[in-house]
Amino acid sequence: MTHVAEASHPETAAKHGPLLKVEAIHSYYGKSHILHGVSLEVGRGEVVGLLGRNGVGKSTTLKAIAGLVHPSRGRVLFEGETVNGVPPHRLARAGISYVPEDRRIFPLLTVTENLRTGLDRRGVTASRKKELLEKAYGYFPVLSERRNQAGGTLSGGEQQMLAIARAMMLEPKIILLDEPTEGLMPRMVSQIRQIIDVLYRESVAVLLVEQNVPLTLAASRRVYFLEKGEVRHHAMASELRADDDVIHRYLGV
Amino acid sequence: MELLHAIPFDQILIQTLNGLVSGMILALVASGLTLIFGIMDVVNFAHGEFLMLGAYIAVFTVLATHSFWLALIVASLGTGVIGALVYLTTLRPLLGRDPLTTILATFGLSLVLQNYALWQFGPVARKIPEPFGGSITLFYLDYPLYRLLIAALSAAIIGGFWLFLKFGTWGIWIRATTQDRVMAQAMGIPVPWVLAGVFAVGSAMAGASGVLFGPLVGVDHAMGFDWILRAFIVVVVGGMGSLGGSVLAAIFISLLEAYASLWVSPAQAGIASFIVLILTLLFRPTGLFVATPK
Repeated sequence: MTHVAEASHPETAAKHGPLLKVEAIHSYYGKSHILHGVSLEVGRGEVVGLLGRNGVGKSTTLKAIAGLVHPSRGRVLFEGETVNGVPPHRLARAGISYVPEDRRIFPLLTVTENLRTGLDRRGVTASRKKELLEKAYGYFPVLSERRNQAGGTLSGGEQQMLAIARAMMLEPKIILLDEPTEGLMPRMVSQIRQIIDVLYRESVAVLLVEQNVPLTLAASRRVYFLEKGEVRHHAMASELRADDDVIHRYLGV
Repeated sequence: MELLHAIPFDQILIQTLNGLVSGMILALVASGLTLIFGIMDVVNFAHGEFLMLGAYIAVFTVLATHSFWLALIVASLGTGVIGALVYLTTLRPLLGRDPLTTILATFGLSLVLQNYALWQFGPVARKIPEPFGGSITLFYLDYPLYRLLIAALSAAIIGGFWLFLKFGTWGIWIRATTQDRVMAQAMGIPVPWVLAGVFAVGSAMAGASGVLFGPLVGVDHAMGFDWILRAFIVVVVGGMGSLGGSVLAAIFISLLEAYASLWVSPAQAGIASFIVLILTLLFRPTGLFVATPK
């Protein structure tokens, strides 16, 4: 990791600059050009939505931030430092937590073991681990009941909760949430909404990719609209709630 | 029934013991192989050569120190380190490419290591002395105690490793990486080190089995080859990547071969395991000893 040029005082830069800054990243999947220079910012503890139709590169943007996809051009800055090319496991330990669209629970690990994958890091004391586990079980009582059950046997909604709880075990500064409500019942969707509020209260920043527009507008402070691998519009969620036109223009709903 | 009556009971008993003993060693060899396949999709054709290297390290350690137990430890650690080096230099750059490239790489490595051993140590088989003699009397048969010890030690190593996988932090990392390598990385698990570590542990297990089996057969450059063929059968029959399946399959196949050699010569008895292999591939290609996949 190298400091950016102007960050001669990295402390100050980290405190005042955005937590996460994506600068004109391009990405290819095979020969198809997925991201055409996406730029966005997420501040500390800020919930930011990322909307767009299917296949415009929302998931790829999250993967690029998590280090799972390498942008061919552009930079990803985390706390003022360029993190392109940093291995994903180091980004995870530095505070970037990723919850993928298909949840990707470890199917044969128990619920507790799934959580432990993010807990057993250097510098986490045994008592802190216990505290984090108990906190997660406090937020998600369903998971507590199933703590010794294999992750693969949980329902879709339970798996989504486990995926988010697991991401929280890393004590992240930002969580990248990819379509957390996809395929969930309405009751579960409102629970996801509550979880995002919990993250907000704990000052964890969230970059939320969603198809569910009302949820995104309600949970986020700002929203980016992605179209054909580019950010086409960017607005405060409060403005968008008052004005449907933008939503219609970029999402066609 | 005529056929059964013709076999004396003592022979059946001794073949059961023989089957269990070689089954446990085979399980030790196959565990490393199945573990490596499970986590990195590499079919390691050089696995038998790690067994052979372990046996040679033991030969020279025993010559220098006269201690079999020290030799067992030195050989396991030594093959573990060699395994890690081989992984980092040869296999890591190839991960994620066509499986054929890793197959060719490990096959080439196997030939290199075999011929290196032939060149360095010559064609004459070396001997690892048994750590102790003695035998127990079963009915009117004398059964060497060392053979029983091999089975017990192999079982202890596999059991210890199972506990490590089940409860240790590294165990959870290894299982998580086996189930979903990308998500494991996203959870902060240092996957590159986990892969190197698993290759080292798998190699060390092969090395340990070479030491344990050395006193029974003699140590030469080709000793790994016989084992690796049977270990592959075990891994396929047990279900690729399944540790428990491999242990059961190893015991099953070894018992089968041991009983078959009551009627036919031991070389022909090997056919039995191939028949099991072919039947498994035909009717249950995911393996005999794994839960039916949904």
